[in-house]
Amino acid sequence: MRITGKGLIDRDTQVSFRFNGASFVGHRGDTLASALLANGVRMVGRSFKYHRPRGILTAGSNEPNALVEVVEDGQQTPNTRATVQEIFDGLEARSQNHLGTLRWDLWSLNDLAAPFLSAGFYYKTFMWPRAFWEKLYEPAIRRAAGLGRLSPNADTAPYEKAWASCDLLVIGAGPSGLMAALTAARAGADVILADEDFRMGGSLLSADEQIGGAPALDWVEGVLAELHSLPNVRLMPRTTITGAYDHGTYGALERVGLHLAPDAHLPRECFWRIHAARAILTTGALERPIAFPLNDRPGIMMAGAVQTYLNRYGVASGRRVTLYANNDAARNTARQLMAAGVRVAAILDSRPDASSIEDCPVYLGAEVLETHGRHALRAIQGRHTGGEFRLDTDCLAMSGGWNPSLHLTCHMNGRPRWSEDLAAFVPSEGAVPGLTAAGAANGSFSTHGALASGHAAAQDALKHLGRSAPDTPLPAADDAPYRLTPLWSVKGKYRAWLDFANDVTTKDIVQSAQEGFTSVEHMKRYTTQGMAPDQGKNSNVAALAILADATGRSIPETGTTTFRPPYTPISIAALGAGGRGKTFAPQRFMTSDQASRDRGAPMIEAGLWYRPSYFPKPGETHWRDSCNREVAYVRHAVGVADVSTLGKIDIQGKDAARFLDLIYTNTFSTLPVGRVRYGLMLREDGLVLDDGTTARLGENHYLMTTTTAAAGLVMRHLDFIHQTHCATWDLRFISVTEAWAQFAIAGPQAQALLNSVLDQPLGDFPFMATGPVTLGGVQARLFRISFSGEQGYEIAVPTRYGEALFRDLVARAETMGGGPYGMEALNVLRLEKGFITHAEIHGRISAFDIGMARMVAAKKDCIGKAMAARGGLHGPAREQLVGIRGAVEFGAGAHLFTKGTRIHRETGQGYVTSMCWSPTLKEWIGLAFVVNAPARHGEVMRLVDHMRGTDVEVTLCNPVFFDPEGGKLRA
Amino acid sequence: MPELIAKPALAGQGALTLIGTTLEPVDLGPITSVAVFPGQGKAVDKALKPLGLGFPAPGSMQAHGAARIVWTGADQAFVIGVAAPDFGAAAAVTDQSGGWSALRLSGPATAQVMARLCPLDFRPSAFGPGRAARAQLGHMNAVFWADDGALMILTFRSMARTAWDECAHALTSVAARAGV
Repeated sequence: MRITGKGLIDRDTQVSFRFNGASFVGHRGDTLASALLANGVRMVGRSFKYHRPRGILTAGSNEPNALVEVVEDGQQTPNTRATVQEIFDGLEARSQNHLGTLRWDLWSLNDLAAPFLSAGFYYKTFMWPRAFWEKLYEPAIRRAAGLGRLSPNADTAPYEKAWASCDLLVIGAGPSGLMAALTAARAGADVILADEDFRMGGSLLSADEQIGGAPALDWVEGVLAELHSLPNVRLMPRTTITGAYDHGTYGALERVGLHLAPDAHLPRECFWRIHAARAILTTGALERPIAFPLNDRPGIMMAGAVQTYLNRYGVASGRRVTLYANNDAARNTARQLMAAGVRVAAILDSRPDASSIEDCPVYLGAEVLETHGRHALRAIQGRHTGGEFRLDTDCLAMSGGWNPSLHLTCHMNGRPRWSEDLAAFVPSEGAVPGLTAAGAANGSFSTHGALASGHAAAQDALKHLGRSAPDTPLPAADDAPYRLTPLWSVKGKYRAWLDFANDVTTKDIVQSAQEGFTSVEHMKRYTTQGMAPDQGKNSNVAALAILADATGRSIPETGTTTFRPPYTPISIAALGAGGRGKTFAPQRFMTSDQASRDRGAPMIEAGLWYRPSYFPKPGETHWRDSCNREVAYVRHAVGVADVSTLGKIDIQGKDAARFLDLIYTNTFSTLPVGRVRYGLMLREDGLVLDDGTTARLGENHYLMTTTTAAAGLVMRHLDFIHQTHCATWDLRFISVTEAWAQFAIAGPQAQALLNSVLDQPLGDFPFMATGPVTLGGVQARLFRISFSGEQGYEIAVPTRYGEALFRDLVARAETMGGGPYGMEALNVLRLEKGFITHAEIHGRISAFDIGMARMVAAKKDCIGKAMAARGGLHGPAREQLVGIRGAVEFGAGAHLFTKGTRIHRETGQGYVTSMCWSPTLKEWIGLAFVVNAPARHGEVMRLVDHMRGTDVEVTLCNPVFFDPEGGKLRA
Repeated sequence: MPELIAKPALAGQGALTLIGTTLEPVDLGPITSVAVFPGQGKAVDKALKPLGLGFPAPGSMQAHGAARIVWTGADQAFVIGVAAPDFGAAAAVTDQSGGWSALRLSGPATAQVMARLCPLDFRPSAFGPGRAARAQLGHMNAVFWADDGALMILTFRSMARTAWDECAHALTSVAARAGV
């Protein structure tokens, strides 16, 4: 119910929204919670376990009850706190966790079974029969428990992640934070002031008090205006600092567009990583509930929240309000309600010695023992020093004192300190390096205390930043002492709730202690106290106090709870921003990309690269038709393929040859200028890292090529070896993969094609030669190497000419009866020739295994040589490279067994790494690793593929199927 | 053999201007990597002198006329915009012209756009004229430098399309915030 003349909402702007299908009207500046209260909606959800009616408890991000689903087209965001969600035109929300309507929830029958549903119920009850857990119990429990529901659709709304830097991060824009930010900003420091609320001012927005002789709100507006005008200040409203991490890094979640109708480009949320040289924690304090019997009905609220709804939103939370408190400060709520014309039934003060002078009845030494009202509070009853009472009331505002919001100080394993004076934990100094707590977050609960400690913390931070603080006078403000007598729970006949969100009562804590779970960490896990979305903000300290009482220990002896990031929930969408769809990884395109797509080539991913799989022609119905045709181009005419994705590393210096001798197993210092050599490199553990060719371009100049897959890996390996083994050598290298577009030209007509594009016809250019050439005046590099077994060349031009050259080469090849070939044909060609790829050198393979033991030069050392000499890495027991051929199709990944043996993991003799249909040999061929393979050529083995259900016979053979003498290569 | 047509990675891509901030592909002309051999610093500086440049300290760049030299790693820098001078045997010289794709980002929201893509602080107070860095742009390695009131971004040529998409997306996102 609205109260005229109160509140900071924009009364001129009406906002319409829907809740559970009904239309409501609120004002700009309302949260969903304040607008619902203004419309008289009191029951907003059902509790987690017992499905009891629940209403709005708080006015902040710690809300445990008023969790709703926000619904959008095809999407729903569960567990949205109605106390945080601002209303906007078109907002649609609905209550969650009920079967049927909110009022008539079928699952509320659970509440009748409450005596059986205590802590540990699941663990004790659902143990037998064992098989029932997965099939029956768990699905049933999951259906009944839990809060909101996720949409089954992927969230397509925009989210983002960002970084920010500053000298000083001020966390919380209440009186203390504003004072700290102002002091630091005037000193010229680079300040970020972040606050989780959409309006800055903290407790001053809810209070009815004076600062510097004027309304506190005027002071807030004045400070914000000044901060806004300063170029060195960044104000970040709607931004919750969620975690404190190493080296002054803080995580933060900003609600960018959640208070507006969805927009295609505006992020809903942004996850920030803020780097701050210093930080000041001015997060204020959270009021704590009192665990009295049946304290969970809608209408039972925090006193501070009732005050906030009154002063900030102009809403009376009830028509006849009762206050129940153990401290002086809470009485302001009752006084302000009365001043605004709201009836206060009574003030119930748990302290027998407190003042009874108020404008309403005051019961001292009061205890609430029972509450009434099925869907919302109607009446309460209890006793006080003068006897018993029963009051008709629709809103009970409770206050059990305040807990400093010190959560961030615990994020790096700091433990808070117990203050007997405040009956609360306060931050330990230095718990997070560079972070100082001030104001209520540090236990200074008066406005004067907040201003003064914020000012002092800023001055201290400025000193660390090497800046001097200008004279910023401290305005006069209320400095009432904080007086309370601890009251954690009231014992009675009925259940008394501690953790509203997870339905944990005082009885559960006591039972936990009785059953031996006396450590606070065990109690927490046994009862689930503090494990709901509010993470125990409303219940941790009280639960600890009750556990202490149940185990006969003091609170500090019992321990502290551990607060971990995030302070409030963070959507996975925000954390994962920038990693969805195409943004998951960069896409690398070759210069021939468009030309290949123009020809209808399906592109496949090779690492981050996109390469053409094959180039279909009209009439071809299967990829293998295209592949076979392309293989024939190379075997009988000429084929052109883009091989630019292979890594290229330019290596220069007087020690370049020496370096390559160290890197490769074989010798490169003896390679003549103008020649290319195949090389094999090992990891430090002696297994094969990569292979490829390296050309000697000059006396001190080499060009190494790597496989596509290992290009980055090899570069990293070279850097590592350079820095750790030979940092002082005369040696420099850099990747030139991207600087050159390189095309393979292979087939009997390769030289003819090449001569048609070169400015000068090719002279004597034997197999494994390299040299500079020009085409159309462009300087290019030519290598006579082959991955197909045919006469082959690779020509490299500066990347900008890549597309033009590819289109030209392909057109010429087509004229000559050939054409482009893709990855499938490339694979068939290399398999026919027995050339290995990373399918074979997969990381567990030694040089011996691939028949290259003799490539490890005896005369010199190389990386991995000593480790490769270990006994286990060679010998007949090793699985070694072999060719296989068969009459029927088989698949890579299949296992090989000796005929007549049992098909079992332990009898496996090896496995298939690659396979293809060879159009040249007209049979299925493959490469495999088989125990003692070189001695078994000709053996027929059983090939079993459990995944594909294949069981066929294959024959082992020489892995080089085609032209084993290499005559064609050298032609 | 007729002349081959040269084509930049982002051929046909126009500039994107939102909230006074412009993202555009640029052609930087020649890019040459210069890696100083041990003990050859003075000789390299001498070779660079006619261009009005010296070898840059880590994290920095120098500009003179159309010529730029940008630090890109230990003992390594890129000479950009002009043909590299003859360094003799003092440095390993490699043509990198086609290997990189350049984007230019300028205008008031430059630092805000970059805050979505890279952990470095690109506000002019922290990354002013003469600054250079190797850092990430999204998931890509990149070279950055502050040049004439703009931020220059080099990424691998093959990733030019992704680099454009990510920068354009960040700019669009920042512009959407400005509209709220």
